[in-house]
Amino acid sequence: MPPMRVLADEKRVDDLVQDLSQAVCDDMSHARAQGDSAKWAIIGIRSRGDVLAKRLATTVKPDLVGTLDITLYRDDLSEVASQPIVRPTEIPFSLDGLNVVLVDDVLMTGRSVRAALQLLMDLGRPKRVWLIVLVDRGQRELPIAPDHVALDLSGSAAHRASGSQTIGRGGGELADTVAPDERVTVKLKPTDSEDAIQIHPARSASTSSMTTSTPQGAGGT
Amino acid sequence: MTQLDSDYRWHHKHLLGLEELSADDIRFALQTALGFEDVSTRSVKKVPALRGKVVANLFFEDSTRTRMSFELAASRMSADVLNFSSKGSSVSKGETLADTARTIEAMGVDVCVLRHHLSGAAEQLSRRVKFSVVNAGDGQHEHPTQGLLDMFTLAKRFGRDDFDFTGLTVAIVGDIAHSRVARSNVHGLIKLGARVILVGPPTLLPRSFADLGCELSNRLDDVLPRADAFNMLRVQFERLGGQAFPSLREYATFYGMNSRRLACAKPTAIVMHPGPMNRGIEIESAVADGPRSTYLEQVTNGLAVRMAVLFLVTSAK
Repeated sequence: MPPMRVLADEKRVDDLVQDLSQAVCDDMSHARAQGDSAKWAIIGIRSRGDVLAKRLATTVKPDLVGTLDITLYRDDLSEVASQPIVRPTEIPFSLDGLNVVLVDDVLMTGRSVRAALQLLMDLGRPKRVWLIVLVDRGQRELPIAPDHVALDLSGSAAHRASGSQTIGRGGGELADTVAPDERVTVKLKPTDSEDAIQIHPARSASTSSMTTSTPQGAGGT
Repeated sequence: MTQLDSDYRWHHKHLLGLEELSADDIRFALQTALGFEDVSTRSVKKVPALRGKVVANLFFEDSTRTRMSFELAASRMSADVLNFSSKGSSVSKGETLADTARTIEAMGVDVCVLRHHLSGAAEQLSRRVKFSVVNAGDGQHEHPTQGLLDMFTLAKRFGRDDFDFTGLTVAIVGDIAHSRVARSNVHGLIKLGARVILVGPPTLLPRSFADLGCELSNRLDDVLPRADAFNMLRVQFERLGGQAFPSLREYATFYGMNSRRLACAKPTAIVMHPGPMNRGIEIESAVADGPRSTYLEQVTNGLAVRMAVLFLVTSAK
């Protein structure tokens, strides 16, 4: 079996997060320049998007920060192999009229984002929702496009969702391609022991037991 | 929050009692309930987790609060809910439990919540059907969701986020012999590490409970300074033939929780009641409505616990 590859180490993850922070700050100033006075909330999708959201919040300084747990909104509950773990959604404020920046670590099929959007709508009526992801690894199954991507692995430009903007240092490099059956994993402190973006080789039947660590599947959905 | 092993799996298709659950199972169920609490506070009080599933409430014994709690829990998870009660159904025309069960199975029910006057009814039913069975009280045997919600309430009041009850002492007071609430609490509390003292008149306190690791006492006054929580069981007039104790007044005098007794308890001690209350018998109004009573929190917590249970039994593989 080929070894796991490290796509980004701690330094590069930090650069990518800074790129995302800058993109969100630009969106905020742009909106304010247009006369938009709505408050801003950064909301992360458990279980890495929430960590990323909190990290972005330290530089972006939004009005509010929250966490979504989308387990009850997943469309594959009857199919998943690992134990679904329901954790609290932590949005201790009204979403009505807010500018919401929805944050996830890895964007793949778009199903997590669909579930998160449905949950957001059940919690209130935000004014506008942006989608920010650290890694877009392609293989979309739903018409979901991110507003900002730090590292775009979605392949050729033809495969890239139109309208999404890749910022900073993503794409372009040969090492940054990912095969359809490989898994992209984002590690973030303090949930993990390090900051890293990794590509894991395709699972074989004998290694399937190593995939139970996170309910959402660390590979992004 | 407890860190469970990553290979932990909930594998109970039925919830029949807390006796057959492990400590990990109980902690996982309570932890899951934490994730359901916010559903009841958001603007749309509904999640799609059981969309397209059917939950049947099959109640062969009078119950308003438990049935309403299960019905609301199922509705909040987007399930369709059927309500059967023995009155006004074919049961009063002589149909057996097995036939009623097969009938609702033929309707494509996914979960059956069963309340029955016979101990073991839920287990009997679970052996015959394909759907999940949740025991909502079977005779004098168990009432597992009540046990879970009592433990959930304890954990919240005492800040035990990890659901480890080591060092907590819980007194369960009243008609232990006939109480399924007591039995479920005993099994659950001991597994989570609590010390359990069962208090009641000798006629209603079987010595066999000592084998489960409980301490027994006939004198509530002796236990007052030692317990962190007092779970005051309802005097079940419908199960007692009037033989168990001489008079209600005597019962209230020896085993009722009142302000005078509560003043002798630890200042942090709480008073729980599974409801419905007999005010002035097992609990005095001033205590029931006081800040140390968890009566209404238990009702609220029951909803989160029952949502979690419905979610878990339907997700079991």
